[in-house]
Amino acid sequence: MFESLSSKFSAAFSSLRSRGKITSADIDQVCNEIYQGLLEADVALGVVESFIEKVKSKSLNALPTLQSGSNQAQAIFEIVNAELIEILGGQARRVRLAKNPPTVIMLAGLQGAGKTTLAGKLAKHFKDLGDTPILVASDLQRPNAVNQLQVVGESISVPVFAPEPGNGVGDPVAVAKAGVAFARSKLHNIVIVDTAGRLGVDEEMMKQASNIRDAITPDEILFVVDAMIGQDAVKTAQAFKVGVGFDGVVLTKLDGDTRGGAALSIAALTGKPIMFASTGEKLGDFDLFYPERMASRILGMGDVATLAEQAKKALDGESSAKLEEKFIKGEDFTLEDFLEQLEAMSKMGSMGKLLSMLPGAGAMKKQIENFDESEIVRTKAIVQSMTPQERIEPKILNGSRRARIASGSGRKVQEVNALVDKFSAAQKMMKQMRNGGGMPAGMALPPGVPAMPAMPGMGKKPSTPPKKKSRSGNPAKRAVEENS
Amino acid sequence: MGLFGALVAKLTRSQISDLDWDQAKRDLLTSDIGPTLADEVIQSAKKIKGDDARAGLISVLSQFLSDKPRSIDLASPLSVFLIVGINGTGKTTSAAKLAHYLKKDGKGVLLGAGDTFRAAAVEQLQTWGTRIGVDVISGKDQSEPASVAFDAVQHARDHHKEILIVDTAGRLHNKSDLMNELGKIKRVIEKIAPVTEVLLVLDATTGQNAITQARVFSESVAVTGLILTKTDGSAKGGFALAVEREMGVPVKFVGTGEAIEDFHPFDSAAYLEALLEE
Ligand SMILES: Nc1nc2c(ncn2[C@@H]2O[C@H](COP(=O)(O)OP(=O)(O)OP(=O)(O)O)[C@@H](O)[C@H]2O)c(=O)[nH]1
Ligand SMILES: [Mg+2]
Repeated sequence: MFESLSSKFSAAFSSLRSRGKITSADIDQVCNEIYQGLLEADVALGVVESFIEKVKSKSLNALPTLQSGSNQAQAIFEIVNAELIEILGGQARRVRLAKNPPTVIMLAGLQGAGKTTLAGKLAKHFKDLGDTPILVASDLQRPNAVNQLQVVGESISVPVFAPEPGNGVGDPVAVAKAGVAFARSKLHNIVIVDTAGRLGVDEEMMKQASNIRDAITPDEILFVVDAMIGQDAVKTAQAFKVGVGFDGVVLTKLDGDTRGGAALSIAALTGKPIMFASTGEKLGDFDLFYPERMASRILGMGDVATLAEQAKKALDGESSAKLEEKFIKGEDFTLEDFLEQLEAMSKMGSMGKLLSMLPGAGAMKKQIENFDESEIVRTKAIVQSMTPQERIEPKILNGSRRARIASGSGRKVQEVNALVDKFSAAQKMMKQMRNGGGMPAGMALPPGVPAMPAMPGMGKKPSTPPKKKSRSGNPAKRAVEENS
Repeated sequence: MGLFGALVAKLTRSQISDLDWDQAKRDLLTSDIGPTLADEVIQSAKKIKGDDARAGLISVLSQFLSDKPRSIDLASPLSVFLIVGINGTGKTTSAAKLAHYLKKDGKGVLLGAGDTFRAAAVEQLQTWGTRIGVDVISGKDQSEPASVAFDAVQHARDHHKEILIVDTAGRLHNKSDLMNELGKIKRVIEKIAPVTEVLLVLDATTGQNAITQARVFSESVAVTGLILTKTDGSAKGGFALAVEREMGVPVKFVGTGEAIEDFHPFDSAAYLEALLEE
């Protein structure tokens, strides 16, 4: 039911491929898939519609300049990605520090969005930068919210201004005001004011928020929003924009597996920059917001932008295009391609980091941790001991050829067999993907990003269907199977 | 309905232009029902013969509701309810509201503070307990949630309580060790009394991810019912229909505000009507 947009893409594109040159009808079809995919990612309906309009017209404009072949699909993918990044990254900026300290930051948002935890994270962030933040407990509504902020403050050694017990007792406006005055007198240069969660439809509570704002004239009002929010992002963002007004957005709970389409909705509807990402329960789980990462995430493609960029750097343009074309034309990957990729990958540096950028990497975390880089070296040795013909046509690898390769590379025959097995499993996987069968284990590979079949060192892929226990038709291999 | 009736039906039917269907679909989409289910609903509704398109839509929607009972299981002399969900959905508040709801009904209720992780979570539940006059069993700081749950169920048994409601820490469903912990809590409790309800708390403002949450929580602790919170806002919580349909798990209660009384049995008719509102 929840099919990732990347697999929709490949499905849409594979039908394009069979027909050669892209037509406007094809673009319509691709746009349809994107429409569906963005809705599944929780992008607000109205935002999806205007987004599709833009992509459509840009694609149609680009149409005459597109050559038939692979890059057509890639070009459209890039239009989509660029458009997403543009909306998400509009006027990215840091917190504006006040000319006369303290800088006052007010947090606002729905109940349960993660404001209190974020207050602690922000305080830690500034403290680590050498600032002297103080927290102000103006959520006097939720039971023990004051308490929670005190515990948080203590754990990072940041003082908490909390003159009222909360739990319905005390005036949040007065506390906020006194908190800022206190900070000024004690020469804290940053004040972070936590406020109660409130619904956009709750007029009384929205009024309270604007009263707090008027009492402390914050330098920054940050709208804190759960990345999992659905279509209601439209009404809620609008209500907070009108009711309190905000200067920036913080997305929370990004360590979940939501696609986070709301980020696009909020950025598009309010034009306010998303400034920070909150990514876990620990106070260090806090990051600046990266529009490229978010775009890939919404598209269900992991950190494709970074990956593609690294891939581009590593692979010279020619071999990258060649691979892409092979994938798109439905040709088989050969061990030759595989070797080329291996070389590129070793150039790309840390494999672990690379793998962790892929969607579905959570499931592969163990394997990533156990990743053995030296296996790349060993695998390379084996492939390099093959003749060019063998690399292109691994089918011809009979027992004596395998034995020769083994001795040539200084590896065991079993290792050669294992590599050939893994490789054919990967080939199969590529075929499945090409036929629109979706990406196994979320290993989305959009057009243009070189595939990484049979990653050495990864052990058994969790998603590869268990192989049938059949006797190998290959004598050498069979001998090994039977002896093991 | 006779010849005339049929004729009128046909006429009314044909007056429903594509645009009306389009509007209905937009309303469904903005309710967070999800694009796949929205398409399916509209396709089926179009096929229904009758003179009232809205009634047709409602009848299609109602086919997706779970047919499991929406009442809570109180069959056991001591029933234990586990309250689970991701961070910030309203678990602690719902645990207190449910305790209050059952206490008003004359039941002997106890609360267990199984969130030993989040700052001040125990105190939050204790504050509620004091307000509603229900005892709260808690452990020492940073104690094992399973051991707190075990103490609580022992206490409930020894003090002849009929219901124990155990609050748990918020956990994202993609963190497998935290999900395994829930299974452990449940197993430990069941050494003494059956966990008759595992109630998953879903926030109505959530989008399609709520379906994944329901799926994964169901896999690890066999969720028996949903509590849909924050329905007092502008969000419709359309995903709940998708969850009922896919997993057969019924919504049992809704949260309608921050006060203790803002808690009600789920009214499916009202819910479906709201899905079709703009
Ligand atoms: N408006 C409204 N607010 C609610 C409702 N239920 C809970 N809340 C609020 O949502 C916020 C979070 O509620 P909690 O009960 O602390 O949520 P939780 O799931 O226990 O949170 P964690 O334990 O931190 O994961 C609080 O401010 C509650 O008052 C509801 O039905 N409507
Ligand atoms: Mg809680």
